[in-house]
Amino acid sequence: MDTTRRTLFRTLAAAATMSVLPSAAEARERRVAPNDAVGLLYDTTLCIGCKACVVACKAANNMPADVDGYGGGIYDAPEGLNGTTKNVIQLYREGDRSSYVKKQCMHCVDPACVGACMLGALQKGPYGIVAYDPAKCVGCRYCEAVCPFNVPKFEWAKTAPKIVKCELCRHRIAKGKQPACSEVCPRGAVIYGKYTDLLDEAHQRLERDPGKYVPKVYGEREVGGTQVLYLSHVPFEKLGFRFHDEQAVPHVQQTVQHGVYQGFAAPVALYALLGAVMFRNRRGGSDDQ
Amino acid sequence: MTSDAQPIGGPLFTRTFNILAAVGAAGVLLILWRFLVGLGASTALSDGYPLGLWIALDVVTGTALACGGYGMALVVYIFNRGKYHPLIRPAILTSALGYTMAGASVAIDLGRPWNMWKIPLYVRNWNLNSALLEVALCIMAYVAVLWIELSPAFLEKFRDGGPPLLRRFATRSLPVLEKALPWIIALGMLLPTMHQSSLGSLMLLAGPKLHPLWNTPFLPLLFLVTCLAMGYSMVVFESVFSSAVFGRKAETPMLIPLQRIAVWTGLGFVMFRFVDLAWRGQLPLVTRLDLRGIAFWIETLLWILPAVLLAVSRRTDLGSLFRGAICIALAGSLYRFDTFLVGYEPGPGWHYFPSVPELFMSLGLIAIEIAAYIAIVKRFPILGGMRARS
Repeated sequence: MDTTRRTLFRTLAAAATMSVLPSAAEARERRVAPNDAVGLLYDTTLCIGCKACVVACKAANNMPADVDGYGGGIYDAPEGLNGTTKNVIQLYREGDRSSYVKKQCMHCVDPACVGACMLGALQKGPYGIVAYDPAKCVGCRYCEAVCPFNVPKFEWAKTAPKIVKCELCRHRIAKGKQPACSEVCPRGAVIYGKYTDLLDEAHQRLERDPGKYVPKVYGEREVGGTQVLYLSHVPFEKLGFRFHDEQAVPHVQQTVQHGVYQGFAAPVALYALLGAVMFRNRRGGSDDQ
Repeated sequence: MTSDAQPIGGPLFTRTFNILAAVGAAGVLLILWRFLVGLGASTALSDGYPLGLWIALDVVTGTALACGGYGMALVVYIFNRGKYHPLIRPAILTSALGYTMAGASVAIDLGRPWNMWKIPLYVRNWNLNSALLEVALCIMAYVAVLWIELSPAFLEKFRDGGPPLLRRFATRSLPVLEKALPWIIALGMLLPTMHQSSLGSLMLLAGPKLHPLWNTPFLPLLFLVTCLAMGYSMVVFESVFSSAVFGRKAETPMLIPLQRIAVWTGLGFVMFRFVDLAWRGQLPLVTRLDLRGIAFWIETLLWILPAVLLAVSRRTDLGSLFRGAICIALAGSLYRFDTFLVGYEPGPGWHYFPSVPELFMSLGLIAIEIAAYIAIVKRFPILGGMRARS
């Protein structure tokens, strides 16, 4: 009885808390990257697939080797992002057309995972980096389900699993260094910098060599914009980028949700209505007797 | 909420009960094993399909099937049809058990369940954009609300002959509860309205990865509507089932209107869905008979079939009422299951089919739920209104 009453009290307190918070019901505006946003620019025409970035990433983030992939248990050769791999180089080949592609968190401007996460274990932190805090994570994996790039991964083999994803080496950035992947890249295929500088650089490369690239900077507008930008000589779909809609993924859900809830005014009103009707019915007796 | 309900009585350890208990025990052992070896070794879940059977079936579908309590509360307390009162307690019992089991499934599914307590308490960390947070808080609160709503059944029994201490507690708390109940019951209607629709919002955020046959901004509305249709059908199903199993007189006159609500809701749902598909320009997809197109049509036919059954059957035909109720329950279940699994497209290379232990853990929980239902209706005043056949 006591615990249930406490739960009830908590719910009512929660309702009250939610109702005083400013309503987010207004039409949801398109988010822009924060002023201090940093990111990566990856260029498929420069990448030679040496995977130095994969090795450096594992070292910088203390990630164990993934020997389940190629090489019969000898090599750390991840096939894709997984619970031990935050950054990977993949190969696309079709006839005589081929390209490498680097995969890691895209650090969306308006991330679905952040919108999904119950207690904000995933949050957009300083520099617009989507950071993870396991202390607030219950391991529900909803972030994995909603990410349009399938980036967050789970430590399936562990009994105390965490979410694993690139955090743009925020521990290194905090010390004034750059992410491990861009630091070791021998060809400058992936470069680190201020988000706006990277965007300028990408457009300059497109202008300088229009025949070389698909005429688009992937991530400039796609799924609401990402702080990791891509230039490619093969169509982006071929590299595994399925979505090209410019609307941020959380847009529809949050518009609907906040539109219905009206800053929790709607549930409070509904509760009052239900209570009032019940009160009236109690006094008036049943309609069918 | 006084009631003329009576315990059914009779022996508890029947063959059915023992089988259910055995399946339940196997499930519990598997659950213990799951915590020892982790999710990777015990399930077929993957980074492509991070949400599997436990979420899609036990939580998303199970709680909707447990919406009989919600639906009956609306009929009795809001639409003020007192004659349906005898159906309330069994419906609330099913709801309480269903939601409790859904909660248990979540605890098994979570990778870091030891952090669960933080969800209601870390108020300052609440992400108010998260539909999942709302679902989690609502379901936690609703489980408590349901057991409080049901508690008079237990307290009445203790008052009329429990150990002295319990008897005194029951005698004192029943009048207090009587006063508080309307507010709790109102909460018991508000909470499912919120979280059943928000279960639909969950997949709205997976938007781009959800097949257009299911991906509509009206997901919350469609989820709310289906849980009501499913809830009423489950009340019908259970009532017919109880009358057959426990040898009681059937409550047919009460059940037909409920089934009619479910059927019309279902037909409305189907029509709305086609209009919505047309509005989104996705109508041609229904002619493509791949896995997803077929799933869509099975759902649709299951929604329509009960209308046919209701139209062609005689008024007192319990059999077709029963079959119609099963159709609606299945239709809604499939719709929800499809929205979370069949219509979910994580990209090439990912596959999911639940592992055997995963299936048996779910099965175990369902067995426990049914066993608990049988035990409680036999020992506590739940079923009422109609006297048992002698």
